[in-house]
Amino acid sequence: MNFGKHCKRLALTTALAMSTLAAQAGELVINTDASDPAPKAAFEAVVKDFEAANPDVKVKINTFDHEGFKTSIRNFLSAEAPDVVTWYAGNRMAPFVNAGLLDDVSDVWAKEGLSDKLKSAEASMTINGKKWGVPYTYYQWGIYYRKDIFARLGINPPKTWPELLAACAKLKADKITPFAIGSKQTWPTGGWFDYLDLRVNGYEFHMDLTAGKVPYTDKRVQAVFDRWDELVKPGYFLANHPSYMWQEALPAFVKGEAAMYLMGNFAVAPMKEAGLKEEQLGFLPFPSITPNLPRSEDAPTDTVHIPAKARNKVDARRFLAFIARADTQSKMNGILGQLPVNKQARQPDDTYLKAGFAMLSSAHALAQFYDRDALPEMAKAGMDGFQRYMLNPDSRNEVLKRLEEVRSRVYK
Amino acid sequence: MTTTSPPSLAAAHDAADGWWARHQRALAPVLFLLPAALMFTVYVIAPIFQSIAISFTDWDGLGVKRFIGFGNYVELASDPDFRTAMFNNVIWLLGYLLAIPIGLAMALFLNQTVFGIRLIKALFFFPFVISQVVVGLVFSWFYDPTNGLLFHVLRALGLPPVAVLSDEHLVTYGIVAAGLYPQIAYCMILYLTGLNNVRADLIEAARLEGARGFSLLWHVVLPQLRPATFIAVVVTVVGSLRSFDMISIMTQGGPYGSSRVLAYYMYEQALSEYGYRMGYGTAIATVLFLVMLVYIVFVLAQIWRQEREL
Repeated sequence: MNFGKHCKRLALTTALAMSTLAAQAGELVINTDASDPAPKAAFEAVVKDFEAANPDVKVKINTFDHEGFKTSIRNFLSAEAPDVVTWYAGNRMAPFVNAGLLDDVSDVWAKEGLSDKLKSAEASMTINGKKWGVPYTYYQWGIYYRKDIFARLGINPPKTWPELLAACAKLKADKITPFAIGSKQTWPTGGWFDYLDLRVNGYEFHMDLTAGKVPYTDKRVQAVFDRWDELVKPGYFLANHPSYMWQEALPAFVKGEAAMYLMGNFAVAPMKEAGLKEEQLGFLPFPSITPNLPRSEDAPTDTVHIPAKARNKVDARRFLAFIARADTQSKMNGILGQLPVNKQARQPDDTYLKAGFAMLSSAHALAQFYDRDALPEMAKAGMDGFQRYMLNPDSRNEVLKRLEEVRSRVYK
Repeated sequence: MTTTSPPSLAAAHDAADGWWARHQRALAPVLFLLPAALMFTVYVIAPIFQSIAISFTDWDGLGVKRFIGFGNYVELASDPDFRTAMFNNVIWLLGYLLAIPIGLAMALFLNQTVFGIRLIKALFFFPFVISQVVVGLVFSWFYDPTNGLLFHVLRALGLPPVAVLSDEHLVTYGIVAAGLYPQIAYCMILYLTGLNNVRADLIEAARLEGARGFSLLWHVVLPQLRPATFIAVVVTVVGSLRSFDMISIMTQGGPYGSSRVLAYYMYEQALSEYGYRMGYGTAIATVLFLVMLVYIVFVLAQIWRQEREL
């Protein structure tokens, strides 16, 4: 039949055309969750520069929204893999590494001397002695506070735990909630647990705990909750915090109903947009608790990786090397409003980033964040538990018992 | 005069077309059903068995599947979160059923002929037209413990504020109330159409016999509304069992998982940001499926009985 022949010929030509398209030399596909305006602009800038420096490579970016990316990454890594993918450091990448879905990029690290240039993030990029990606940005966590309220009540920025408690008591007496927090999405509670544990027991213990080596019923974990009690029981946190997301708790802070907010530096932009001036908004590192403990901080790191099933691994490696460069990271982080990981990169001018940089560069070690250091299942149960404890401190032992059950199952 | 062809002609016809003609009547329905049946098997039946198979494994969705027999189900039996979700499903089921009497009451109230009643009916039906997501959002603002409508109403009445969505004991009831808002409208419209078909002569006869008020409703009107009641029960029960969107919008299962239902817990374990437990998730799905199966069998039996009566 004539028609049938036509169909066959058409199918053949399309198939040929498709295969030439797929095999087209030098196409680099990047899947990213950089959907917010600043990250999007930063990625567009770095891609433009990369294409200018490598005229033989054509880059295609697929931008996903944040939450969707977290679930779809599993599909595309195992099926139709891009050449480069953005993700997070620490145990957050462990499921993909263990499933053999990411390429070992230790060669890029060796060739570009990244162990020196990206030193602060080296540990969080290493699993089983190999490197699995390249970090390009991170940001600090700490307490953002209302300078004007502190000044009015004659409070000095607290450096130690007793000073912090005294400040809280003073604020509370003036009918101001000491700490804003929104826990509808539970992760802000993870920030609190991280900092209390880092200050009470230190980085090494915190890493052992999040790696599942220590039971949650350990008395050192109890010690963390003893300190936490001193804030929860007197009601130093925003009431009804499970009703709000972290952004929805911001108005309390902006209106001056709450005076402090333990958050990542990304909170500064919405705080300023809501009308807070730099002379009203201060930054202070989380106060020390156990004296003479080396100070460690939370600094979540964003990374790029090469999927094991990537088609164009040669150009993907060029891109990783490019994004690790000092000048690239200076430019990207200028747009992102975050800190470059490459220590030779230009340092920021922004007040809060400068404070953050000073704090992080003198830190003993950097944790990622509870939900990146602990395995996903543990993180979920953990943050649910912290939220429950913060609502009802008497449930502490029940919560810890439950977490221990989850830990012993997840880390077999 | 008869319409059947003479036997000799029919035989000739048979001989000409053979097998196909003889079996045409038997085969035609099968052929017509085949495409739909095929799709249904590939996209509905097969996945059910697939996910039941996955529920016997330990699988993160990426690596190798490890067969663990009834391991997931044993864990479910002692999982307090699962028990919470199951219990919440019961609350949802019972709470949601309230939509039926309330919907009936509204339908009876609106079933009158006064000026502008069409507009009023349309307005009452409006909640069902809005997306569940929007209803969820509006209700979470309504419940907002610092500036919500509920807060202001309670304060005006001199009552202490209640943070419905932050309280582990109240949260599920709060979400069910939000879910009832569109569901009542739906039941109401079902009953309104049912009421159109209530026979006026029967009502009149009942009146003449001296029936009025509740006994008229119970003995004369309701039996005639049985088909509407049946559909209302079916959609309401199914709606309560698959409740998901409201929970996702209003609390994301919180606080600390106390508003999760089975469908949401399954999603969290298998597919959400921290969910890497396909085996466990599908085990929850299987339990949910079995619960629904009991109900589906009941509905099918009911329909079958009704069709036999006709």
